[in-house]
Amino acid sequence: MLTKLESRSGGLLYEGPDWNYDTIKRIHGAVEDIALGEMGLDIYPNQIEVITSEQMLDAYSSIGMPLMYKHWSFGKHFARDETLYRKGIRGLAYEIVINSSPCISYIMEENSATMQTLVIAHAAFGHNHFFKNNNLFRQWTDAKGILDYLEFAKNFIARCEDRYGAQNVERVLDAAHAVMSHGVHRYPRKSAPNLREEERREIERQAHAERIYNDLWRTVPGKAGRADTPTAMAQRKALLGLPEENILYFLEKKAPRLAQWQREILRIVRHIAQYFYPQKQTKLMNEGCATYVHYYLMNRLHQKGMLPEGAMLEFLHSHTSVVFQPEFDDPRFSGINPYALGFAMMQDIARICTDPSTEDRDWFPDIAGNGDPLGTLRDAWANFRDESFVLQYLSPELMRRMRLFHVRNDAAEPDLVVENIHNERGYRSLRKALARQYDIAYADPDIQIVDVDLAGDRKLVLQHRVTNRILLDESEARAVLRHVANLWGYEVMLVEVDATTEAVLKEHTVAGSSVLLA
Amino acid sequence: MNIIDRRLNPKGKSLANRQRFLRRAKEQIVKAVRDSSGKRNIQDLENGEKISIAAGGVREPTFHKAANGGVREHIVPGNKEYVEGDRIPRPDGGGGGRGSKASADGDGEDDFRFILSRDEFLDIFMEDLELPDLVKQKIKKTESFSLQRAGYSSSGTPSNLNLVRTMRNSLSRRIALKRPRPAELDELRRRIEEIEEKGGEIEELQELRERLEHVLRRTRLIPYLDPVDVRYNRFERVPKPVAQAVMFCLMDVSGSMTEHMKDLAKRFFMLLYMFLKRRYSHVDVVFIRHTHEAKEVDEETFFYSTETGGTIVSTALEEMQRVIRDRYPPDDWNIYAAQASDGDNMSNDNAKSASLLENAILPMCQYFAYIEVAQEHDGGLGGALGAAFGRETDLWRTYKLVAKPGAPMAMRRVKNRREIFPVFRELFSRENATA
Repeated sequence: MLTKLESRSGGLLYEGPDWNYDTIKRIHGAVEDIALGEMGLDIYPNQIEVITSEQMLDAYSSIGMPLMYKHWSFGKHFARDETLYRKGIRGLAYEIVINSSPCISYIMEENSATMQTLVIAHAAFGHNHFFKNNNLFRQWTDAKGILDYLEFAKNFIARCEDRYGAQNVERVLDAAHAVMSHGVHRYPRKSAPNLREEERREIERQAHAERIYNDLWRTVPGKAGRADTPTAMAQRKALLGLPEENILYFLEKKAPRLAQWQREILRIVRHIAQYFYPQKQTKLMNEGCATYVHYYLMNRLHQKGMLPEGAMLEFLHSHTSVVFQPEFDDPRFSGINPYALGFAMMQDIARICTDPSTEDRDWFPDIAGNGDPLGTLRDAWANFRDESFVLQYLSPELMRRMRLFHVRNDAAEPDLVVENIHNERGYRSLRKALARQYDIAYADPDIQIVDVDLAGDRKLVLQHRVTNRILLDESEARAVLRHVANLWGYEVMLVEVDATTEAVLKEHTVAGSSVLLA
Repeated sequence: MNIIDRRLNPKGKSLANRQRFLRRAKEQIVKAVRDSSGKRNIQDLENGEKISIAAGGVREPTFHKAANGGVREHIVPGNKEYVEGDRIPRPDGGGGGRGSKASADGDGEDDFRFILSRDEFLDIFMEDLELPDLVKQKIKKTESFSLQRAGYSSSGTPSNLNLVRTMRNSLSRRIALKRPRPAELDELRRRIEEIEEKGGEIEELQELRERLEHVLRRTRLIPYLDPVDVRYNRFERVPKPVAQAVMFCLMDVSGSMTEHMKDLAKRFFMLLYMFLKRRYSHVDVVFIRHTHEAKEVDEETFFYSTETGGTIVSTALEEMQRVIRDRYPPDDWNIYAAQASDGDNMSNDNAKSASLLENAILPMCQYFAYIEVAQEHDGGLGGALGAAFGRETDLWRTYKLVAKPGAPMAMRRVKNRREIFPVFRELFSRENATA
């Protein structure tokens, strides 16, 4: 590794696969010394929870959170995961880590001492550092408040079930889950979220909403034709805050027929979606960071003579299978492995910092040979997300090593075309295209609420701006619209418009219903 | 750093979610359970059942891009031979070679597989099954009574005496009327003795004696336990729902019954037992086997020991009648009977069996199911296949006369273990019960 070999001191942390709490404490202490001292990591306090495999399945099904409101979809996921696990098709994760303060890491009781060391290094230090320092997480999530908020959400929904009936609550949750992927604010807010204050704010909001006027509720007919003038239309849209891409937010604030508790449920789902939004955008970096950190830590422990040789081999075996990247023609291939690419890029950055080639100096003049790989990495971990990270740091050297190439699949053409390969002409566009794949805003369909027909039948109009001629999955889209119509209470229309030509490609309309208010 | 051991936390945290899921997917699960029950062995009931349902009803739709069409870019590793501008023939199946991404996304969504526990399976399997002839059961509910505690009364039998209440009343009465305490009496007596021994003053002695007399009189007048103190536990008669059932298993064990037939019969009996178990708090099972004579036996003998002899069905019915008379008064018991036979009977016994069944057994029974079992590949005489060609067995013909609409009786033929579940469902489905 990078630092010089120290004298062998400290003695072994453990021997054999067995562990107990003292072992875990020793391991954590040893890892912490290196992580905070040498690597300069900055972490939330750690909380390590030992769980059984059944509890791990539980955690899977409630999207990894220790507390969650009740919904059938979690039961469905549990049933599927359990079946896969029992049949041996899929193993369980060694750990789950939660972006909270204190940072909770679940470790499984079946793990050997070496695996526990690896898991602690990976989750309790790698992920933990990323959660605390990455810009997106700092901006979008409130690690201190999340557990309290989930507690509030769980109790609130349980109370609603008691009061309004489980069926009615389920309908709202179903609908909210359907548009969860379009229930996030993609641009930073003025202030960092504070989930602990949510409960109090909810009461204030309600009081405020009762005082103000909303044009949606106007029942007195206005002058005919007034609403059609361009200025009136612009004014109307501005009043409603349109266009709005956060569908859940719009429905929560503006849907005319929802009861207060239904709005609150939408809000809860929206907050949870927002909480996970950074994780979706930083999968590659997050795993890369954790993998890099555990690799560094395990090697340092070994150099210090604290890990037995056998443990090192066990670790390397599991590490290599985690970062294994099958090639495209391998039957095991299923896309680019985020662990593999993330780890490779971070190792590559370290290499560029310490031992750059001429090419690296051309491509990365700011970091090449700066001699501070950890500082450079910490900076990358803090300030980038997957898309920008790839765009900034993917080096020609790594593209060559992975032999990346770019294939274009145009349904209108008979063959696939190789656009670029790992050569001088291809590096930049290859890197750009790969970065694009990690851009969530680009991968998710761009759907916005563009208009509400206030003068007429209150029809809600959504627009999908189609890029690359890829339309929405029709049956799913109609099912989601059904849910949106249930929430909105009136007719809902989705127009698919080509983003470049503005041509209307397809329209879906779903009649309004009052299911929720029945 | 904190280490917390969560292993001891209560299990089944996701149970509530699972129940919600099952409720949600009910329709499909019910269908899947029905479909799969044909393939099941009863022994399998110990295990859960793996079922798979269409993903449609439990779909969680989202806005996402369609899997086909348009222009897609793929960046993939492992280039070996391609250079820019190469054209690769499109692999079959749209997404194709490098598009295992597409198939990975869609995989498993068409069919959703998971495991139902044994209880969940039985719950769903027996969900809309109904015990026939519930009307009769309702009438009977009022005929049987049980006693229930209902406060206290001042009269009753000594066996119902409530000591605590009685003594409490007694104590309060004694305190209120100032009944002298034994200690007071003892004190007086001691002082009198003392004076008598020492020969003290006569006047004082006299006074003490008078007081003793007075106290003794009070004690006599205010009894320790007075009839007004006595309280009895009071009981009320409440109508008792008949929550117990007895199930008669009748089987022909003569030589013509093969192992296969017995196996079929056993499966049916087990299913019926489990079904009754769900409806009644207490289920007794009586095994009666017969050749040319019938005997009540234990389960082991019933299924596994062989006997030779002729076949006279009426003996079994008579034995059943006797057991009912001795141990299971129809007023207190819901009586179910299932008879399994290959359909053989002595021809001169048919008339007797029919009349016995019609006049004696059926009026006492909630339900009488007759299962005619046959060889799996029975092409010979009698048996189900024979019946299918219009050749009915003796017993079948006999019972058909009895099983008029309205009679609490049903009869079915089974020749394959696959048919057990469907036949069972048929017998107890709700429509059947109302018919």
